[in-house]
Amino acid sequence: MGLLEIANVTKKFGGLTAVDGLSLSIEKNTITGLIGPNGAGKTTVFNLLTGFYPVSSGTIQFNGQDITNQPTHVVAQTGLVRTFQNIRLFTKMTTFDNVRIGYHTRGHAGLWGALSRNSSTQKEEQDIMDYSLNLLTKVGLVDKKDELAGNLSYGMQRKLEIARALASKPSMLLLDEPAAGMNPYETRDLMNFIEELRSEKITIILIEHDMKLVMNVCQKIVVLDYGKKIAEGLPNEIHSHPGVIEAYLGKGAAQCLK
Amino acid sequence: MNFYKDKKKITLLLISIAAILPLVIVDQYFLRMMTISGIYIILAVSLNVVTGYAGQFCLGWAAFYGIGAYTSALTVTKLGWSFWVAFPLAGIVAALFGIVLAIPTMRLRDIYLALTTLGFGEIVRLVLLNWMDLTRGSMGIPGIPGPTFFGQSLDSSLFYYYFIFSMVLIVIGAVQRIIDSRMGRALIAIRENEIAAKSMGINTTLYKIQAFAVGAFFSGLAGSFYAHYSSFIDPNAFGFGESIAVLAMVVLGGMGSTVGAVFGAVLLSLLPEVLRGLAEYRMIIFGSILMLVMLVRPQGIFGHSGEGQRKIKRPAEEVRSDGVIGNS
Repeated sequence: MGLLEIANVTKKFGGLTAVDGLSLSIEKNTITGLIGPNGAGKTTVFNLLTGFYPVSSGTIQFNGQDITNQPTHVVAQTGLVRTFQNIRLFTKMTTFDNVRIGYHTRGHAGLWGALSRNSSTQKEEQDIMDYSLNLLTKVGLVDKKDELAGNLSYGMQRKLEIARALASKPSMLLLDEPAAGMNPYETRDLMNFIEELRSEKITIILIEHDMKLVMNVCQKIVVLDYGKKIAEGLPNEIHSHPGVIEAYLGKGAAQCLK
Repeated sequence: MNFYKDKKKITLLLISIAAILPLVIVDQYFLRMMTISGIYIILAVSLNVVTGYAGQFCLGWAAFYGIGAYTSALTVTKLGWSFWVAFPLAGIVAALFGIVLAIPTMRLRDIYLALTTLGFGEIVRLVLLNWMDLTRGSMGIPGIPGPTFFGQSLDSSLFYYYFIFSMVLIVIGAVQRIIDSRMGRALIAIRENEIAAKSMGINTTLYKIQAFAVGAFFSGLAGSFYAHYSSFIDPNAFGFGESIAVLAMVVLGGMGSTVGAVFGAVLLSLLPEVLRGLAEYRMIIFGSILMLVMLVRPQGIFGHSGEGQRKIKRPAEEVRSDGVIGNS
């Protein structure tokens, strides 16, 4: 059984079926690309996985645990963490504090810990600080640690959002268009970064429109159209899949390309 | 700014000035003003936890102040309990009411939250006003005794001053510790971006409730102090005007800044007294000062300016139809 098992998940918004009977199994330590034309339901899948929306039917299992319709923060605590298509940083907090918040699920100190500053709280704070600085060094943002997150450049903000997600040591990371709005140089940088994450045993699902990035880093690609899975396979299979070409370019396009 | 580097020194200096001031200026009226602003410091600093840090607007804050005052006054006058029991009890009862208010309002935000908390404040005031058997309504509760120590009355203005002075120090210290902790970061994260906070595993409901409970607890203590200090309370001291005054202190000082809340509380509680010589013009001047500050520094005097902050927009390359979350 895979790390993530999506079984027959459907999401309806009134009359619109945004996700239609999607089943998907994601193996540990892989990078999966989720692609499809605009409005295909890709982000909705992320929103369902992370509990932002309740599913209309179907089940989601993560790490052998049923996380269907669990509240967002509970899903995050199980180790399934996401980033957002439109960056959602804590813009008026420093880069450092953004990463420290990412550590939240791994911390324990509550109100009493804060007030008493007992030894376990102090140790935890020290751990958070060391870990966060390490992480910032790794992603190359350590010299910006005291800068407000809102003042960082676009590419850095994207990176920081991923770093914040990583601070929770997730077993699975959902990246929603991480390369959107990046220049080719930044995209290549990101590509290497994502490859590195895989070597750290983090399983990734990636929504992306940059086909070069998707084809290069993903082992498996899943194509959605009108909420339905129309293809699933290796990058080169998807590349020439007639259904995929049809979804992107229209009926008959596959013949024309031949 | 250099100010922040010297923050510790300035804080220590201000604390020592406040500690010796009543010994230098021996004046009952002055001491009373200082004591009253101490109460407002606690109210503003505790509201700042909820509104300034956690970002939950509250227009009925005086309700917790009133609940604390009445809890303390009633247990002492009707049940004959000691002040030293009634005082912490006032905080606990106010905190319970904080939780009671927080639970149903968890899903509300902005103007809806403001209206609900306004309603809560009014309900508390009206109950205090109309529950004649218990509270004597608008006649208030007179003759609330001051604290005693082994039968010795401690009812002197110097005692009250140093009592509220230590309370202020403890409350500010506690709030600072909370803000500078895992919990404090979670509260600020909720204010900054609730969706992102949730996706980082922060149980937003739990933290909002905690913020209300902590803030209400301190305000309840302030209420208890006020009841014994003034020896008479009536419901009108805990009305909407009082809620607005405390909120104005927080906003003027700068939301999410404890220094700001302290400054706002001292300024706004002393200003009407300073301007007393101007008779009926004083409220006009008072209002003008408020407006002026808000025009010049909308983030409050000590609020973070967020200067040079750039709004970065994602290139509009995709028209979304599949959800609200991906698109704001």
